[in-house]
Amino acid sequence: MDVLTAVFVAPFLDMADSPAFFFEVVIGGLMTGVMYSLVALGFVLIFKASSVFNFAQGVFALFAAMTLVGLMTGTVPFALDKALPGMPAFVAIVLTGVVMVGLAFVVERVVLRPMVNQDHIIMFMSTIGIAFVLEGFGDLMWGSDVKVLDVGIPTGSFFFLDMMIQVFDLWAAAIAGVLVIGLAVFFQKTRTGRALRAVADDHQAALSVGIPLKTIWVIVWSVAGIVALVAGIMWGSKSGVQFSLSLIALRALPVLILGGFTSVPGAIVGGLIIGVGEKVAEVYWGPLVNGAIENWFAYVLALVFLLFRPQGLFGEKIIERV
Amino acid sequence: MIYRETGQFKPTYQSDSAVFPIAQDRWVVIAFVAFLAVVVPFLGSEYLFQAILVPVLIYSIAAIGLNLLTGYCGQLSLGTGGFMAVGAVACYKFSTAFPGMNLIVVLLLSGVVTAGVGLIFGVPSLRIKGFYLAVATLAAQFFLNWLFNKIAWFQNYTPSGTLTMPPREVFGVLITGAAAEPHHRYLFCLATVVILALAATNIVRGPVGRAWMAIRDMDIAAELIGFRPFQTKLLAFSVSSFYVGIAGALALALWLGSVETAEAFDINQSFQILFMIIIGGLGSMLGSFIGAAFIVLMPIVLTNVMVYGLGFEAVTAKHFEFIFFGGLIIFFLIVEPHGIARLWQIAKEKLRLWPFPH
Repeated sequence: MDVLTAVFVAPFLDMADSPAFFFEVVIGGLMTGVMYSLVALGFVLIFKASSVFNFAQGVFALFAAMTLVGLMTGTVPFALDKALPGMPAFVAIVLTGVVMVGLAFVVERVVLRPMVNQDHIIMFMSTIGIAFVLEGFGDLMWGSDVKVLDVGIPTGSFFFLDMMIQVFDLWAAAIAGVLVIGLAVFFQKTRTGRALRAVADDHQAALSVGIPLKTIWVIVWSVAGIVALVAGIMWGSKSGVQFSLSLIALRALPVLILGGFTSVPGAIVGGLIIGVGEKVAEVYWGPLVNGAIENWFAYVLALVFLLFRPQGLFGEKIIERV
Repeated sequence: MIYRETGQFKPTYQSDSAVFPIAQDRWVVIAFVAFLAVVVPFLGSEYLFQAILVPVLIYSIAAIGLNLLTGYCGQLSLGTGGFMAVGAVACYKFSTAFPGMNLIVVLLLSGVVTAGVGLIFGVPSLRIKGFYLAVATLAAQFFLNWLFNKIAWFQNYTPSGTLTMPPREVFGVLITGAAAEPHHRYLFCLATVVILALAATNIVRGPVGRAWMAIRDMDIAAELIGFRPFQTKLLAFSVSSFYVGIAGALALALWLGSVETAEAFDINQSFQILFMIIIGGLGSMLGSFIGAAFIVLMPIVLTNVMVYGLGFEAVTAKHFEFIFFGGLIIFFLIVEPHGIARLWQIAKEKLRLWPFPH
């Protein structure tokens, strides 16, 4: 009986007791959710356009953040003991964007092109291969120590209706919002965006009306690289640039299955649900089981949703034919 | 010429569906196993047993287990590490709780416990498919590792949280614990692998295996012609977990000796075993062995070449190792997406005629 009360009654009483704290937790969760969405977006973009489940997305974010730090501090690639004058954050961000586009070219040329028409699982494994290569390469290029990333996003906190709000989180949400609106405009309003949607619908039909598949893939992977750069900046300035940054991919996967692999709004909504669910569960139910449940809670939450909607909340309805 | 099966008639159904229908195959396999069992124990050094042969054998079992699920039944799983952890923990709990229990019984029980856990995590597979399922199985990976880490009962309340295998004997020979002779451990592993591999081969060539393959090739069509997807998939999950659990138990008992579950059986373990079956060959027994050998040996060879051959620093070598490992995987996937086992098949076809052109 005590156990039942502790699980089903006490947490809700706590919530009702101090609503301000509860909303603070929820808002904190929403902000974390935005960060998850950023990573999940990269997965969705690539999956939509090329049906590749890009496991390397997390390492992309890590690599982007490392490159950014390296450029800003003026580290010489492969020769870590030498130093150059650093450059301002803005220039470094643009240059890192260029590097990510270059990376997209290399990935398309070396990995994707020889593997057209392979099974999904083979493509998936090859992206794990990419993740390994990039991880080793990044460490070799920029060193594997923990780095501090500061691109000038304001930090600090203020109180709003008794709730403590982190300024950094607000900025993260704003940047993510701008990114999503930008992507939506790019996908809906531009010629390239239309071509991208066509490729996502049907590769062969897109090819037959003259859409260059290879170019489209490079564009998609570049866009995913830019999204990874944004995610890398946000996560990197929050928790330092180090190997564990690449593990955010694992945190974004439940978001992905919850929202649906093929849906951009799904990635956003899924991220928010997971962010809030995880935070609330950690604060109110975590102490019952000695905490540290954030590693798996999101997966279980997503799994529960999946049992009712196997294609995720916003995923395309799966129609199976024999 | 070498591989010619002319003159090998199959007068009965039994001989037609034998495990090795071609005599050359049969003799090569028997000779190879005999070589491993009789000659190698006298030749091998402790390093060879402990760092190469035992891990390869243990990973072969895990790879066979995952291959049954992914290669034969088509259900992609990323929870292998978690299931290995279940096997290891079960093995530890059984052998410390019942000191008199025979190690073979302990291993079997560990497998059965893991099979039960696998059954539970296999339930979502009826509703969700493909990558959705793969991500869902990650839940098993993270949840199980968290569970074993958080609840001290699983570690017998040891303050360090590590599982240490007590010394146990099988038929009067010390097999586990620090004092056990490496070649005894190796022979025990070898015997387990041979038995389990034979069992797996027999499962997949029978009605169960046919049902799995039907589900893999197209589950709706299989359902329409009368295979029950729920039972078939769950059976695949539990048999696969049985194998993986035994591999985990062996990893604790015979190879590592003492493990911290969250570290030894983390997500990378799951990926490594998936790599083994993909590089070796999906849906191939031979592939599971080749893949396991390949993934265990490659880092060792790379490190040796880099550090001792070319004189790199250990840290730099580690980074290069990552690059080479990833690069080799991509390379293999590009040149032979069906795995090394397929190369062997092609070679076999060539050998039937060689050295003659027709």
